[in-house]
Amino acid sequence: MAKVEIPRVGESRTMVLFDDLTRTQIVMYAGASGDYNPLHSDEVYTTKVAGYPSVFAHGMLSMGATGRLLTDWFGPTGLTRFGVRFVNQVWPGDTLSATATVEAVRQDGDVTLVDLVVSTTNQDGKPVVSGTATARINP
Amino acid sequence: MTIERFPVEATHTMMFARAIGDPNPAFADPESPEAAAVGGVVAPPTFAMAGFQFDPDNPLRPKPGQPWFGSGREPSGEQREGGGVLHAEQVFEYHQPLRVGMVLTTTERAGRTWDKQSRSGATLHFSETITEFRDAGSDELVVTATMVGVKTEPAAESKD
Repeated sequence: MAKVEIPRVGESRTMVLFDDLTRTQIVMYAGASGDYNPLHSDEVYTTKVAGYPSVFAHGMLSMGATGRLLTDWFGPTGLTRFGVRFVNQVWPGDTLSATATVEAVRQDGDVTLVDLVVSTTNQDGKPVVSGTATARINP
Repeated sequence: MTIERFPVEATHTMMFARAIGDPNPAFADPESPEAAAVGGVVAPPTFAMAGFQFDPDNPLRPKPGQPWFGSGREPSGEQREGGGVLHAEQVFEYHQPLRVGMVLTTTERAGRTWDKQSRSGATLHFSETITEFRDAGSDELVVTATMVGVKTEPAAESKD
């Protein structure tokens, strides 16, 4: 991939992760991750037993999708840290957009580290995942 | 999760990348320039969680001959104990790239615990679980994953 430029503090990128998230996408995540909790794929159990309005996405699906914004920016091996809180549930039909903003650029020896604030929101502007990440430039 | 052998394979990283909606060939195609640029196919940043596939005791996978709490003929197949813990936070620290061809082992330890009051007066019990993923070949640390779970205890005592 192309050489990653050192970003400026305040620089920001946004990406639409899912437009109209499908139940099948959530099933794909269950299959790949090994988290087969029926809350994410079994509408009968989730509505009749667990009492939710429908199945909902794994938090880790939203976090994983958010990671795409970071690896597209800093490369597939660019991250040194990535942490989030799961602040709202993600439902089938949601549209998710992720934004990452540079908070600091610092040197650790001859390595340049970029600290970012990361937020993924739904179509109502409600955050679903919010957190921070650190990337290293051209390690 | 405690896993003795978590082989990182290209089919799995490809399926995982598709599942998170990420088309980057660096996660899927060993012939791609994107993979070549990073020395071969690597795993997406949250891939370590897919180690659940290699946890023989994964309680969130149906197993032959055992009751499953999801629906079949009935809306639920069994009463579930130990449920009700929600995933509140997740942190990954990356010590080196997670590459296809590595075989990982994990060790798990409990981290911090703390309580918070919710606005409705319920007590929220938070607890950290820290999992270290090591390269079985070199015994070097690859990823440290910290999961924070939260369990809610209602303010009022229940009638039963």
